[in-house]
Amino acid sequence: MAEYQNIFTTVQVRAPAYPGVPHTEGQRDRVGKPIFSYWLGKIGDAQIGPLYLGASGVFSVIFGFIAIEIIGWNMAASVNWDPWVFMQQFFWLGLEPPAPEYGLHIPPLSEGGWWLMAGFFLTMSILLWWVRTYRRAITLGTGTHLAWAFAAAIWLYLVIGFIRPLLMGSWSEAPPFGIFPHLDWTAAFSIAYGNLYYNPFHMLTIAFLYGSALLFAMHGATILATSRYGSDREIDQIVDRGTASERAALFWRWTMGFNASMESIHRWGYWFAVLVVITGGIGILLTGTVVDNWYLWAVKHGMVPPYPPTGVPVPDPASLPGAL
Amino acid sequence: MRAIFTTRKALPMAVCGLALVVASGCERPPPQSTQLGYRGVGMVEYVNPRILAAQHRANVVPAPLPAAVPVPTTAGSVYKNLKVLGDVPITEFTRLMLAISEWVVPKDQWVNGQGCVYCHDLADMAADTKYQKVVSRSMIQLTQRANSAWNMHVGPTGVTCYTCHRGNAVPKYVWTTSPGLAKASGQVTTLQNRLSPVPAFSSLPYDPMTTYFDKDTNIAITPPKPVRVGMATTVNTKQTEWTYALMMYISRSLGVGCNHCHNSRQFADWNQSTPLRTKGWYAIRQVREMNQKYIWPLNDILPASRKGPLGDPQRVGCETCHQGVYKPLFGAPMLKDYPVLGQPAKAAAPAAAPAPAAPAAVKTGAEVAPASEAKVTARAGTTEGVM
Repeated sequence: MAEYQNIFTTVQVRAPAYPGVPHTEGQRDRVGKPIFSYWLGKIGDAQIGPLYLGASGVFSVIFGFIAIEIIGWNMAASVNWDPWVFMQQFFWLGLEPPAPEYGLHIPPLSEGGWWLMAGFFLTMSILLWWVRTYRRAITLGTGTHLAWAFAAAIWLYLVIGFIRPLLMGSWSEAPPFGIFPHLDWTAAFSIAYGNLYYNPFHMLTIAFLYGSALLFAMHGATILATSRYGSDREIDQIVDRGTASERAALFWRWTMGFNASMESIHRWGYWFAVLVVITGGIGILLTGTVVDNWYLWAVKHGMVPPYPPTGVPVPDPASLPGAL
Repeated sequence: MRAIFTTRKALPMAVCGLALVVASGCERPPPQSTQLGYRGVGMVEYVNPRILAAQHRANVVPAPLPAAVPVPTTAGSVYKNLKVLGDVPITEFTRLMLAISEWVVPKDQWVNGQGCVYCHDLADMAADTKYQKVVSRSMIQLTQRANSAWNMHVGPTGVTCYTCHRGNAVPKYVWTTSPGLAKASGQVTTLQNRLSPVPAFSSLPYDPMTTYFDKDTNIAITPPKPVRVGMATTVNTKQTEWTYALMMYISRSLGVGCNHCHNSRQFADWNQSTPLRTKGWYAIRQVREMNQKYIWPLNDILPASRKGPLGDPQRVGCETCHQGVYKPLFGAPMLKDYPVLGQPAKAAAPAAAPAPAAPAAVKTGAEVAPASEAKVTARAGTTEGVM
């Protein structure tokens, strides 16, 4: 009974080291002699490697490394290379985009040029990693679902850091690099455009995000709960439904009247996940470019409940006679 | 003997330890809440009685000195060089001088049981030889101005020297312009992204005071129309970080949350704000005036020990008076015992150069954008538009 409450797998997957099926060019680009890790076997496959490198993967890692170096050394310079202060304040340090007066021009390195460069290398790295996920899927003869899900996330990344700043005509509208700096930017961004919670696409993205977590928990729990009847072979059971699938389906049908199937639950999960970033990207793209103040937009469209007055209305002092 | 630390126990113990570390950052209960607005909208003020009690102990007002015997003789007819308090009765004048030494002169600076010597030259009490005396005169004018012209902020409670000084020659919570924290040469300081208590330990700008209390920098950043018409012209996010930092400074200085003044669903809308926001609006303008008209002109006579690293005077902000309490000294009405400090200020500030030449280390993005004429109201949401 308790075995299913455990966060670790109960079965160590151990087999002779296996390099994977040969692809179109045999074993080319696969590096590393396989090793086995007992502890990784607790949470997944115990075999580590070989790893496929390939041009897109190698350049993605190199570009990503360059981006991290630019960000890290700029942070170090911002504390005058003091390693202790760097460690102490690491979460606060950041690399800021150019100031508003530069618009879309290229500023000096120290005034946002480094930010632009880090952004370029990071974007290249991410796009090359996308190429890698797409081409590995093709090579393995699988569908490209993962690549397109990753592309959805890249869409949000590009909207926030590149497309929207282009439309706004200023790099300064993009977020900084840094742990707290980008979080503070997020809070300021919401307030600057009249409260993002009133952005319907933000509402959708939250619904899909929380929905994804809920679906993931429901599905994981269902499979764990019925794997004693064989539902861990869920792909077989898409077309060859056995007692595990029947019990899982009955559980949900009895509980809420409707049940997903062994196939459709994966479509639910996939679309909830990719719609988080697709709707989020749309919401950010409209902010400041089309809609200036989301709260007022929501008022206009009857989304905001009026409160009964709770006291004397407060006038804007700047509008009063004799205001300074 | 059984091992105390087994692998089986290690994980739960580590989790408990981590939880303790995280919880140690929290405030010990019990907090008490007061509803401020309509139900269910989060307009709630939180206080912790234990912390409140400690604040009350730290904000005790000294007993007022015995009232002065009314006399027709004015101080100006007895003493020379009285530019501000000349028409005050001599007894009241002496009482105020005694009170000021109690409030402002630290006890270790007293000589023979008197604090006079901190400001006065004992050989010639009327002489303006000590900078402290000139500064005091200016500060008395500042106090009178605060009580007579800034009623919308200080109300009938008013302020006295003690409100800020609390027995210190220089109030404990003053500020000077930050030259930017240490950085490598060639790096441009952004005045943000550092560990600082000013913006409540966020990475927001850590010197909003220079931007907003020295200069009349526009604070309102929220666009007043729902939909943008035409090309994007407002570039807003960086400027919002500065406004945000100022608000965090105010929040910390007063020991209150955002909804002490605002309804957080639309910070900008006055119609949904609490009446206290009006006080804050006047307070910001008052602080600017105090710094620009009363403190900056004194900069030339101040010694280096009373200046910041950029040679600017130690200035006034919200925290200078409030010191973490929503009403300084919990609203104890000290002014009524010292009505002289409530008289209208004589106009003449010291004749020194008035220009508050702020030693801004950098020009901040906050100073670029002009003030918006239009205001955010829910009604603006129903105006014409394409969407």
